[in-house]
Amino acid sequence: MGAAQSIKEYNNLPAICGRVCPQENQCEKYCVIGKKGDPVAIGRLERFAADYAMEHDSSKPERVPSNGKKVAVVGAGPAGLTCAGDLRKMGYDVTVFEALHVPGGVLMYGIPEFRLPKAVVQKEIDTLRDLGVEIKVNSVIGKIDNVNELLEQGYDAVFIGTGAGLPYFLNIPGENYNGVYSANEFLTRVNLMKGYLFPEYATPVKVGRRVAVCGAGNVAMDAARTALRLGAEEVYIVYRRSQAEIPARHEELEHALEEGVQLKLLTSPVEVLGDENGWVRGIKCLRYELGEPDESGRRRPIPIEGSEFVMEVDTVVMAIGQGPNPLVPSTTKGLETTKWGNIVADEETGQTSLEGVFAGGDIVTGAATVILAMGAGKKAAQAIDAYLKRKQNN
Amino acid sequence: MYQIVRKEVFSPTIKLMDIKAPDVARKVQAGQFIILRIDEHGERIPLTVADFDREKGIITIIFQEVGYSTIALGKLEAGQYLLDFVGPLGEATQVENFGKVVCVGGGVGIAPVYPIARALKEAGNEVISIIGARTKELLFWEEEMKAISDRLFVATDDGSYGRKGFVTDILKEVIAEGNVARVWGIGPVVMMRAVSEVTRPSGIKTIVSMNPIMVDGTGMCGACRISVGNETKFACVDGPEFDGHLVDWDLALRRSIMYKDEEKRAMAKGQCGGGCGCH
Repeated sequence: MGAAQSIKEYNNLPAICGRVCPQENQCEKYCVIGKKGDPVAIGRLERFAADYAMEHDSSKPERVPSNGKKVAVVGAGPAGLTCAGDLRKMGYDVTVFEALHVPGGVLMYGIPEFRLPKAVVQKEIDTLRDLGVEIKVNSVIGKIDNVNELLEQGYDAVFIGTGAGLPYFLNIPGENYNGVYSANEFLTRVNLMKGYLFPEYATPVKVGRRVAVCGAGNVAMDAARTALRLGAEEVYIVYRRSQAEIPARHEELEHALEEGVQLKLLTSPVEVLGDENGWVRGIKCLRYELGEPDESGRRRPIPIEGSEFVMEVDTVVMAIGQGPNPLVPSTTKGLETTKWGNIVADEETGQTSLEGVFAGGDIVTGAATVILAMGAGKKAAQAIDAYLKRKQNN
Repeated sequence: MYQIVRKEVFSPTIKLMDIKAPDVARKVQAGQFIILRIDEHGERIPLTVADFDREKGIITIIFQEVGYSTIALGKLEAGQYLLDFVGPLGEATQVENFGKVVCVGGGVGIAPVYPIARALKEAGNEVISIIGARTKELLFWEEEMKAISDRLFVATDDGSYGRKGFVTDILKEVIAEGNVARVWGIGPVVMMRAVSEVTRPSGIKTIVSMNPIMVDGTGMCGACRISVGNETKFACVDGPEFDGHLVDWDLALRRSIMYKDEEKRAMAKGQCGGGCGCH
């Protein structure tokens, strides 16, 4: 219990971090014990401590009295929830606006149940509510009120953490055939809408016998493992580089392989093929070889001429990344964005081009990890506190 | 929770509900849509807004019972609640004074055409409206449409009311009168395609309102992709209104029946009448 208490002083969502954070790159890599054998499995310990406390500690956190200042948080994902929790603990009245019908963002719609049980996320959200954070679901900022209007209505500051909610496609012919999903759609149908329980839950999800998942990040691994659980016989990860360059966490790849996901490496689709009814029947692919390292330091994949071949699949999931959802940036007057549509924000403070408006997480950095988003939410909470104190003193 | 404050049954399968949703009513404009979810097990149902009352905080929806979820929705009564109701979503209709415009509503598409026609009328247009349905029983809001139109034509496929024939037959005649600046056509995909084909030769700009399968409705999943002018668009954020002459109708039709088999399974499950607690 003491351990959980200590963690919670710095981290609002330990049961989540213990499960989904890449500790092997963050802390376990630097662990001194790791120099002689395995590093301390701090991620697993964090998970245990948080779960233990959840099960055994029924006490509610103490509510900090209000300091009379109001902050709006847009988006109830890892960045927004972290920022909201920290600000509430400092005494601010925090209202979180969430577009979907449940808070949690990617933790609810994206990361599958088998990797992050939704009950765990729900508990962490309940804790925030116990702290006094108000969460308004079904509230699309930009459509009901925009960020400028929130400021006019009396919020002293706004934090934008709307995430990377714009799925990318490959822009190859045939991508609109029935049976081609974005990873976002596929995972949302399954996780958020509980499509795996259809028809008890009314949202269907269709998985055929042979599934190609294009891309090899963590989201691709989630999609591939989900497809297996939904009854697919063969699931392929189609990736244009080699195994060494796979961007997913090693642990995620290992789990996927253990479960029977097959790798089609140095391969990339050039066209989705359909049958006479408009359903996917396969993907036409090119084989690649690796050339010199590119600007990312990874060896550049070069297509091999004449290497075209057809993979027979009946479901395709595009997991090649997500961009910033434009809904909030495009409806906020005076908010500076990059040419890719990310919000321009100070790395340390989250300060945007608009006074009183802060941003963090994937909407600023592009699709990254839960922990980076939480870190950004944390820094922004500090910066918002400093900004509002400064404003009061002037 | 969002209360159903009024329910009106137009026919055994077409129903109206007034929903208390002040946040949505405050900002909604003609052409936008909402997404609702009946209960914890429900899917997210997108419906284009049929009317709104900003002062009372009311959004009016009209729906046809075509599948498992809309049938379940139709069973709810005034006083009951919807679990989720989010909006306004999508872009509003571009309303200007174009001159003479024609608003065509087919079947349950009469509902979304109504606020658009009204807004066009308020903007100073000469509004000619054409509404139609398969048969008299499926028609509604004739009086409402008449009140906001300079002229109203009514057609039924079987001739049970109004002119016998399709809305497109009347549309051809109205276009022949000349000077039509713009046409709105809203209804089933086949009807919107037919309207677009009627206006294509004369090049009169024709706006249709797409209602494809959606999940989140905020541009996050891409389930609602359609092809417009050979470019993939997300109907939920880029639309729902598009230039009917540029829409790939074959694709839209194919994508609309993606879950036909699942729909049958869900219907079979609901055959006991639903709401009985036996499933």
